[in-house]
Amino acid sequence: MIRTHRLAAGVCALLAALAGGIAFPGQAVADETEQAAPKVELVLDVSGSMRTADIDGGTRMAAAKQAFNEVLDATPEGVQLGIRTLGANYRGNDRKEGCKDTAQLYPVGTLDRTEAKTAVATLTPTGWTPIGPALLKAADDLQGGSGTRRIVLISDGEDTCQPLDPCEVAREIAAKGVGLTIDTLGLVPDAKTRDQLSCIADATGGTYTSVQHKEELTDRVGQLVHRAADPVVTPVATEGTDQCSSAPTLKSGLYTDREEFGQQRWYKVAVDPGQELRASVSVAADRAVNADYGVLLRAVTVHGREIVRGEASGLGRTDVISTGLRYPKAESDDEDAAPETVCLQVTNSFSAASGVKTSPGLPVELTVDVVDGPSQASDVASFGLGRGWWLLGALVLTGFLAGLVWGWVSRWRIAVWRSN
Amino acid sequence: MSITRVLSAALLAVGLPVGLAAGPAAADSSPSPSASQDSGAPTQAGTSFRTATEIDQGQQATASGSTGDYLYWSFPADAGQRPDVKATVKLPAAHAAQTWQLDVYDGLRRRQACQYGAQTRTAAQGATSVELACVMRTVRAWSEPWADDPLPGTYYIRLTVVDLTSADLGQPVSAEVRVDSKDIGGSAAVDGSLAKPLVPGIAVTSAADDGASPATESAKPAVLSGIEPDGGWSSGWWSDRWVWTGIGGVLAALAGIGGYALTRGAGRPSRVPPGA
Repeated sequence: MIRTHRLAAGVCALLAALAGGIAFPGQAVADETEQAAPKVELVLDVSGSMRTADIDGGTRMAAAKQAFNEVLDATPEGVQLGIRTLGANYRGNDRKEGCKDTAQLYPVGTLDRTEAKTAVATLTPTGWTPIGPALLKAADDLQGGSGTRRIVLISDGEDTCQPLDPCEVAREIAAKGVGLTIDTLGLVPDAKTRDQLSCIADATGGTYTSVQHKEELTDRVGQLVHRAADPVVTPVATEGTDQCSSAPTLKSGLYTDREEFGQQRWYKVAVDPGQELRASVSVAADRAVNADYGVLLRAVTVHGREIVRGEASGLGRTDVISTGLRYPKAESDDEDAAPETVCLQVTNSFSAASGVKTSPGLPVELTVDVVDGPSQASDVASFGLGRGWWLLGALVLTGFLAGLVWGWVSRWRIAVWRSN
Repeated sequence: MSITRVLSAALLAVGLPVGLAAGPAAADSSPSPSASQDSGAPTQAGTSFRTATEIDQGQQATASGSTGDYLYWSFPADAGQRPDVKATVKLPAAHAAQTWQLDVYDGLRRRQACQYGAQTRTAAQGATSVELACVMRTVRAWSEPWADDPLPGTYYIRLTVVDLTSADLGQPVSAEVRVDSKDIGGSAAVDGSLAKPLVPGIAVTSAADDGASPATESAKPAVLSGIEPDGGWSSGWWSDRWVWTGIGGVLAALAGIGGYALTRGAGRPSRVPPGA
């Protein structure tokens, strides 16, 4: 028993040494860089309709102003906040002019609360609702830096500046910038506004909220600004190719890419003997897609043999469909065995009704981890140990029979010895 | 665990070194619903795998959001546990019928099956809340790469509405989730183990830990998942199979002695002449 205990302690120590002491070579550096300051831009609709007094007895504009004041007070340190307006300046009826009317009220940067509040106080509901152009400009405002970027759009009406579809604009902005999210809030929205704002949110992985009360507006905007302050790993943009030989080589880290309907994306990962490759992929539905879909992730050798695959399919409303795989590469006796190149193939089976734009492709998020390999199981049970009443019964029976036999044999031997 | 306790008591009675049973059992047994209930429980949820809010088992996490949001949490689950995820969604005063769904994904973002529990449920028009549950499979210490058995590591919960009328989109809702787990114990103790738990980004995190100087530790870089159960991941060598097997050995030895004694009869054989 004591020996077993010691052995177990030894195994334990060995495991601890394995877990703690071994370094992992070749990681993506991008994930370890200092977290850059998160940037948030609040985009406020100051169109004429904001004059409507239907939020808790006050005008929509009054509710927005109050919400902004409270949010500015509660903005966490380190968040770079800016404010942009749309429809704040042009009073005329010229659609062309009205649709250019978007201005930066407070530049994105370290927040001076008094200054920002003064700027907000000057706003009066005026003009058109150029959501698309405002989003484009807001994306420009947020450019630079590697932190998370978030646009919070507050509007009470649909875009009045067609044919530039703000939903398409949002998708393109998201495709250009890594880690940019647009959250939308509709003030007492009608059906069309709701559809448009939720479409904008879906296109960037953001959220849509419909606001009926002042409190809801304050809480939600505050929540969104705080959310931006949470540290999040920023993915590294990569571009998979259509075959393994030309695919980019990935190290441990988080990556994003785009994949069109029916497209294949290939990546490569080098796995040393005795290491385990873990890869997971999620493909996001950032536009209206048909209700059944799937994703397939395959690990393939350079010669085209499939090692392992992860597949998932789903139906109904979704944000992403994801799957993953593990591939532990066996230990090699050869000390300087070369790492194996494993090809990862990502395909999706999303589809969309005709008329839905296919480019830019759907956002793909890929995580790659290369860690030490598992200790393989040599038995079903832990250390091959037994458990349960059957085991006890069998052991007792065996022991008893062995005792009997031993007793008889020794009696027989004594008898033989005595007779001689 | 009760069987272990009984067996430990039995061991004591037999007079064996009980250190084998008691010491590691206490150290390695999986975290029970923690004592720090509701203190510092998260009050918001993430909106993607990347931003999922980390919760501990036994914590009642709350979040407010809008109908149509995808709410994400993540929790750690260790080998031998059978996590039980429960969620309650409080719906707005007026709404049409809507269907809510709770999905659980593992650290590789593979969807995990639920053994029982209403994973999807439709709230009738005007219902004030909807309750969802998912009892997962038992987490194993090891499985073949081709299986998608639950393994120790991070698990993600995704809570969302999957069917609704568009007029209900964006309405305020609040959600509560809670993860408890049942300790399955030695019957689920399998051989083999992972070198690292199935925590996304662990290759990057552990490399950073190795190279980090204490000075830079205050500015913690963001990690995909920094999750760990109370008391850390179990080393995986302990299970009550040791006790069963040990007791089996002792009983076998006793039975052997008994069997031997039976063939010898009680005391000195009567036929042996005195003086032999």
